[in-house]
Formats: sequence, C-alpha cells, structure tokens
Amino acid sequence: MTPAVEIRDLHKSFGDLHVLKGIDLDVQQGEAVVLLGSSGSGKSTLLRCINFMEEPNDGRIRINGDLIGAERGGKMVYRENELCKLRTRVGMVFQHFNLFPHMTVLENVMEGQVVVLGRSKAEARDKALAQLARVGLEEKAPEYPSRLSGGQKQRVAIARALAMDPEVMLFDEVTSALDPELVGEVLKTMRQLAEEGMTMVCVTHEIGFAYHVANKVCFLQDGQILEQGEPHKVLKTPETSRVRDFLDGHSLFKLPD
Amino acid sequence: MHNWDFAATLGDIDFLLLGLWNTLQVFGLALVFGIPLGLAIALGRMSRIPVLSQLCSFVIEFFRTTPPLVQLFWFFFALPILISVQMTPFVASVLTFSIQSSAFFAEIFRGGINSIDKGQWEAAKAIGMTRPVCLRRIILPQAVKRMIPAFAERSIELLKTTTLISTVSYADLMFQANELASKTFRPLEVYTVVAVMYFFLILVFSQLTILLEHRLARSGEGTLR
Ligand SMILES: Nc1ncnc2c1ncn2[C@@H]1O[C@H](COP(=O)(O)OP(=O)(O)O)[C@@H](O)[C@H]1O
Ligand SMILES: [Mg+2]
Repeated sequence: MTPAVEIRDLHKSFGDLHVLKGIDLDVQQGEAVVLLGSSGSGKSTLLRCINFMEEPNDGRIRINGDLIGAERGGKMVYRENELCKLRTRVGMVFQHFNLFPHMTVLENVMEGQVVVLGRSKAEARDKALAQLARVGLEEKAPEYPSRLSGGQKQRVAIARALAMDPEVMLFDEVTSALDPELVGEVLKTMRQLAEEGMTMVCVTHEIGFAYHVANKVCFLQDGQILEQGEPHKVLKTPETSRVRDFLDGHSLFKLPD
Repeated sequence: MHNWDFAATLGDIDFLLLGLWNTLQVFGLALVFGIPLGLAIALGRMSRIPVLSQLCSFVIEFFRTTPPLVQLFWFFFALPILISVQMTPFVASVLTFSIQSSAFFAEIFRGGINSIDKGQWEAAKAIGMTRPVCLRRIILPQAVKRMIPAFAERSIELLKTTTLISTVSYADLMFQANELASKTFRPLEVYTVVAVMYFFLILVFSQLTILLEHRLARSGEGTLR
C-alpha cells in the first residue's frame, strides 16, 4: 500500500541553522504517528514541511504517492499554486487555534470550502455542520469564537481543517495552550479521529496519548529521528538513554499504581 | 461693541451651501481615490520586492513631509508645464488630496495589517488560501475595524486641509466665504457661519464613523466591546 506520507532525506535550514538533518519517515494510511522530542529538536519544522508551510531545502515528500514539487537539476522547485492545493490535502491544527475572530464558528468551518475549494454555500454549510457535529460542537455554529472556551476553540479548529476533506491531519502541540481541565476533550476528539481511520501526525507532550492512540512513535533529537517504533516499545523499553531521560522527565511524580 | 447682523449672510446662504457642496465633492473624491491608492501603496511598501518597497516608502515620506499647499501649487501650476494638460482647480485639488491622503492612509493600512496576529496568516495558508485571498478575506476585515479611529482622524484632518484649495480659486466653502465677506462687508458673521458649518460637518462625520465602528464591533471582535 502506498504510504499516506513518505519523507526521504528531508533537510531544512533557517539561514545557517541546520534544523532538519535528513529525516526519513513513512506514515501509512490510517496510521497515527506521534512525534516526541525536547523543545527545539525540530518537531514543528518537520510538521510544517509536510504541508509546505516551510519549503524543505532538500529531500522528497510524497503525499499518497504524489511527489510534491518538480525536480530541476537535482533540486526540488515548488510552485505556489501547487503548494496551496497540497495544503487542502494536508490539514493542520495549531497550538494557538488561530480561528478567524470576525467569523462565526460556522463561517470559520465554511470559509476554506467556499473560497478555496469552490463549494457552494449550501454544500459548505452542510459539510461544516457535519464536521462540527463530529467534534461535538454543532450547537455552537452561530457563536463567535470569542465566546468559546479554549478546548471548544481547538475543536472548531479541528473541524475547520477536517472540512477540507484532508488526506492527512497534522497536529502541533494542540493541547499545550489549554487549561489542564480542557486538554481531555481535545485529546478525546483526536482519539476518535484516529479510531475513524484518519491519518495523523501529532506533536504532543501527552505521553499517555502517544501510548494509547499512536501506531508509531518517533523521537526527534537535533533534527534527526533517534528512535522510532511501536509505542509500547519506544515508550516502555527505549533503546537509547536519551529517550529514557526524556521519558523520565515527563513522568516524574506519577501517582502510584 | 460689534453690532451682529446675520441678515446679509443668511440671505446669501445658498452661495455658502454651494461652496459646502464643492468642498464635499473634493473631500469625497479624495477619499474614494485616496483609500484604495493608500492600500495599494501600503501593499507595495510591505512587498518583498525591494525596489517596489523602497519606491512606496519614498512616496509615503514625500507626501507626508511636504506642505500640502506646496503640493497643490505644484499640481496646479507646475504639472501642466511638464505634461501640457489643461489643469482646472477642481482636478488639481482632487489629484493633490487623493495622493496626499493616500500617503497617510497607506501608513494606517500598514499599521492595521501588521497589527493582525501572524497566526491568522498561518491558519489561512494552512487551508490552502493564497496570500491575496487571505488578505481580502481574513486580514483586511479585521484590520479595517482597528483602523477606523485613525481613518476618521485623518479624514477630518483632510477635510480641514481642503480649505487650501480656495487659494487656486476653487469655489469651496472657504472661497465662497471670502467672496461673501467682501461683498457684504460682514466678515465676522460670514466666518462665524462658516465655522459653524465646518463644525457640524465634522461632527456628523465623526458620529458616522463611531456608528460604523460600533456596528463592526458587534460582529466578532472589534476595537470596542
Ligand atoms: N522560522 C524560523 N526561523 C528561524 N529559526 C527557526 C524558525 N522556526 C524554527 N526555528 C528554529 O529551528 C529550531 C527547531 O524549531 P522547532 O521546529 O520549532 O522545534 P520544536 O517544535 O521541536 O520545539 C529551533 O532552534 C528554532 O529556533
Ligand atoms: Mg514546536
């Protein structure tokens, strides 16, 4: 089966700062992959390269078999309208929600469908309501985002991305800005998506989520994948001391079993 | 003690109202041309093409730092020599104040656009919007709300500056007032009436902008709540 995302020898630099140093990663269709790693290890940059919010400096990315960009003299070149189209196929959810504050919840979820995909208002409305129902927020459709809690905002942001019918969803620390009591509702929504067979790549510090939901966990260190594998392997019996230290740091002061 | 007598002034009020109408025409057209031009210059200034950006910066700085009367005289007296066109006081006035106010509007637009969180651009980009679409659908609707107070202030400034066009013999309110004052020998009454007319004009204008601001604030997040 063709992987939903296939990354080969991906490199990304910001000026002199070499952030991604040759990433190889496959995400199978319907798989949920969690990226772990300490701050600054390049997790966000890797995610942002998958939907080309950042253009890689080197390497190849295929989405469901389609090579993104065109090869010219050994280098990949990207056309802006190709990338815009690609971004409709790869949805992204951000730490800070970034809902459009001048639009209602419903309009937020309709906007991309109408303006980018060219769907009719009526069709976009139906789809938007269906996606809002999927994240359990149908009744908030007429509200403005400023009236929602952080957890609700984030679920609307998820619905907004889903409404584009993406083939892959990217989540970048989507619970990090939330009050602790609101984290659960967003993780539950993500878990439900994973169970419905959505292909997802998630950056998160929720080790429990990684353990219970992910099909694969990748640990990033200094712009390279240090370890990857099934969650119970990487999280329970890591091969490197680096990953062990990272996990210990995340599970200090756990309640006794 | 001056013996107030408004009879002559009010008797010729139509003459002043014609001037008011002429003032409003220049003011209105300067806004109609100046606002889109201001947006274009602001986008040019923010563009990643260095030449364009520098050119737009220069235009903004030039028209903000030279006296409006000099600009008006330049367009009225100098430009016709350069490109041999027939320049009327009306055209010269509209031209001057459209361009002059566009320089100020450009800075207001730039400030407004820059005040919008980068996350808004990101979110729009992530659902496949191009930059122009994002600007039109996401950024400007939010930025414009925040810009209204600055716009209003600048427009009032513009309205006051239009009194300069009487110097090129355009029959604006100020010009008509001068005429009427020398005709009736009642400058005190004439200029008092004219001051009141400007006062109410600006009052109505600023009330309208406040109304607009409230209306826009009601939909989502605005400057007011
Ligand atoms: N747009 C950018 N410009 C310059 N440096 C950046 C940019 N984005 C990220 N970086 C740098 O790249 C490194 C990796 O960042 P990031 O991918 O955000 O890490 P993580 O998400 O794992 O915390 C950091 O050193 C960060 O400062
Ligand atoms: Mg990050």
